[in-house]
Amino acid sequence: MKYMDHAATTPPHPEVARTIAEVMSLHYGNPSSLHILGEQSEQLLKKAREVCAGVLQVKPSEIIITSGASESNNAAIKGAALQFMNRGKHLITTAIEHPSVYECCKQLESLGWNVTYLSVNHEGTVTPEQVCAAVQDDTVLVSVMHVNNETGSINPVQEIGKQLKLQHPRVLFHVDGVQGFGKLPLSLQASGIDMYSLSAHKFRGPKGIGLLYVREGIKLQPLLAGGSQEGGRRAGTENIPYIVGMAKALRLAKEGQAQIAERLRHLRKVLIDGIADIPKLVLNSPPDGAPHIIHFSCPGMKAEAMLHMLEEDGFLVSTRSACSSKKSEPSRILLAMGKSVEEASSGIRVSLGEEHTEQDIQQFLAALQSAVTRQEDLKGRG
Amino acid sequence: MNLDYEMLLLRFGEITVKGKNRSRFEKAALSHVKSLLRAFPGTEAIHEYGRIYVRLNGQAADPVISSLKNIFGLTSISPVKVSPSKLEDIVEIAVDFIKSIPADKYNTFKVHGRRVFKGFPHSSQELNHLVGGPVLSACPHLKVDVHHPDLELRVEVRERVTYLFCEVIPAAGGFPLGTNGKAMMLLSGGIDSPVAGYSAMRRGLEIECVHFHSYPYTSKKAEEKVLELAQVLSGFSGRIKVHLVPFTDIQTSLAKTGQDNLIITLMRRSMLRIATKLAEKNGALALVTGDSLGQVASQTLASMNVIGKVTDLPLLRPLVMMDKEDIISMAKKIGTYDISILPYEDCCTLFVPKSPATNPNLRIVEHIEKELTELDQMIEAAVENTESVIIKPHVIIRKNQKDEPEVVQEHWF
Repeated sequence: MKYMDHAATTPPHPEVARTIAEVMSLHYGNPSSLHILGEQSEQLLKKAREVCAGVLQVKPSEIIITSGASESNNAAIKGAALQFMNRGKHLITTAIEHPSVYECCKQLESLGWNVTYLSVNHEGTVTPEQVCAAVQDDTVLVSVMHVNNETGSINPVQEIGKQLKLQHPRVLFHVDGVQGFGKLPLSLQASGIDMYSLSAHKFRGPKGIGLLYVREGIKLQPLLAGGSQEGGRRAGTENIPYIVGMAKALRLAKEGQAQIAERLRHLRKVLIDGIADIPKLVLNSPPDGAPHIIHFSCPGMKAEAMLHMLEEDGFLVSTRSACSSKKSEPSRILLAMGKSVEEASSGIRVSLGEEHTEQDIQQFLAALQSAVTRQEDLKGRG
Repeated sequence: MNLDYEMLLLRFGEITVKGKNRSRFEKAALSHVKSLLRAFPGTEAIHEYGRIYVRLNGQAADPVISSLKNIFGLTSISPVKVSPSKLEDIVEIAVDFIKSIPADKYNTFKVHGRRVFKGFPHSSQELNHLVGGPVLSACPHLKVDVHHPDLELRVEVRERVTYLFCEVIPAAGGFPLGTNGKAMMLLSGGIDSPVAGYSAMRRGLEIECVHFHSYPYTSKKAEEKVLELAQVLSGFSGRIKVHLVPFTDIQTSLAKTGQDNLIITLMRRSMLRIATKLAEKNGALALVTGDSLGQVASQTLASMNVIGKVTDLPLLRPLVMMDKEDIISMAKKIGTYDISILPYEDCCTLFVPKSPATNPNLRIVEHIEKELTELDQMIEAAVENTESVIIKPHVIIRKNQKDEPEVVQEHWF
């Protein structure tokens, strides 16, 4: 079986899994406990935070450990919105954000905030000029995702950050970095990014753990009030094995980034060329999108049936993003990119990982061709 | 500024006036530079009369600068563009250089040419015009101001290459590490002592730290905190030794004397005695404390007098005339403040009386100590049972450890 749904979640790295098992059985102490077991857990927590900070080239104190990107995104957006109400109640985001950003903004809208949802071009991205033009006197936060989880479109977040900070230095800039990390290089320092969300299970770490980078000097209202963990910014007993596992996965992903991206870019090209040879399919990913995501539509066909046909042949893919795939309406992202309702309802996302080979892609293309033929036959008969 | 610099220019400060010792000082600074450059593969340091040059060989300048600017004995760092010593090359690079600087930052500039290689066909004066003219026409937003320019472009012409630079980034200053000998510093865990340690190190002292703990009255966390503070300090020196002294027995027997208001005085005297013995053992020629005149009862002039009597080593108090706000802002600058304010009790806050003596009587104090016949023995025992820990910026090495596995196992990360 070939797992081609890396954008939904990745298979944990074997070394990460081993680390987690070892740490989990040895270091079950609560880092807040005063005894030796607690103190040891605290040492591990400190080291893990340092490793994460080192990989991201930020300060350890700038990292808040969370339960994953949904929490990180909520903590960043709500935390900033609540903290800076005196500055204003206007937020800017894009029409193609992940639900944990999009719905979070919708929720704030229902509570009296104003949100501008920037429309995207046909490649699914926004421009720095667009972002800066949307800033009002009462704008407190801009949130733009680095890589779109459905299509792999890449937003120019570094340019957006630079121009935003040049023109509106007081407006905070949050980047949902979930799909970009480990696939594309990104410097947090040189890009005016104030907050940055990551989720460990998207880079071969465990699920249920993630982090939020918050630039030094920015105070957020904590999403979770309670104990004084994470410097009072995020209450809750720390999950030491997962945090250590995340640190390891983060380091491995960063170290392998350039090499993996190059490999994936090649596989992606083979796949895109193959899809172009199947006339019934429409490619939705921009040609220079993120190296691991390929998204296409099968207009007139049933995407879910397509998915299961591919599954029968041993290929696991997605219809749309995992967080929205249970819904039956057309994809909000594809509609925002100007696709028709038919195209937006019949999307298939293939997302690759380092374990895939060119042979896998060729076999996948054959399976895809056969699935298309079978669906066309069915239509012909009906 | 985001430019590709080829080199860094590192300048020495007051050590350049120190006669015959200068080469020793410069060597110390150079070896410190080299040890920090190990983290940046490809870079190399070159020592020239009164300066150090760092060839970046492809490394980005910013991270190297932020590492090197903590080196004691260096006054400033300039990132340098290198040009062949031909006028047309120099002008071209100068123009690109100035154009790359954000236009809104500076309004006036001047060129400061220096012809080090006299075979170059244009004098320093001519250089100013020959380089300044093209820059001026390429950057219409700039005006020349020879007296108070916002931006001064230095052009140093040497035989083969010419150095161009305009940024001068202040560095730590002081004397190179360890060039003024070694001292033993009392490290409590509060805000002041790490700052005192930094100030002493900045002045060329090598520091070993002494910390007194009263386990189990003080927690292991308090000790961890002190080691963490020492670790921040080790970032300036590469490594630091911390002596952890068991103080419980002395502290409890001093408490038992019932002399509540004198207990701090008595404790501090015993601490200085132990620190003095440790200094002798480790070849340190002074004690350093974080005392700041009048800050607390033990830091009044009268207290300092009675406490200081027990040691014949020079007692250095770098913060003695500083205000608390200045100490705090320095602690924030060197990165110890956030650790210092963690709320773990150390042995100085334990058993603190309601009204500690601000004017202790030396004779009474000496009398109490005389009554405590076992005090000398306990002080010897404390020195004997001191645990010494080596601390480096990324690792804490504890001796006398049992065969327990390391808590933080590197292969997990």
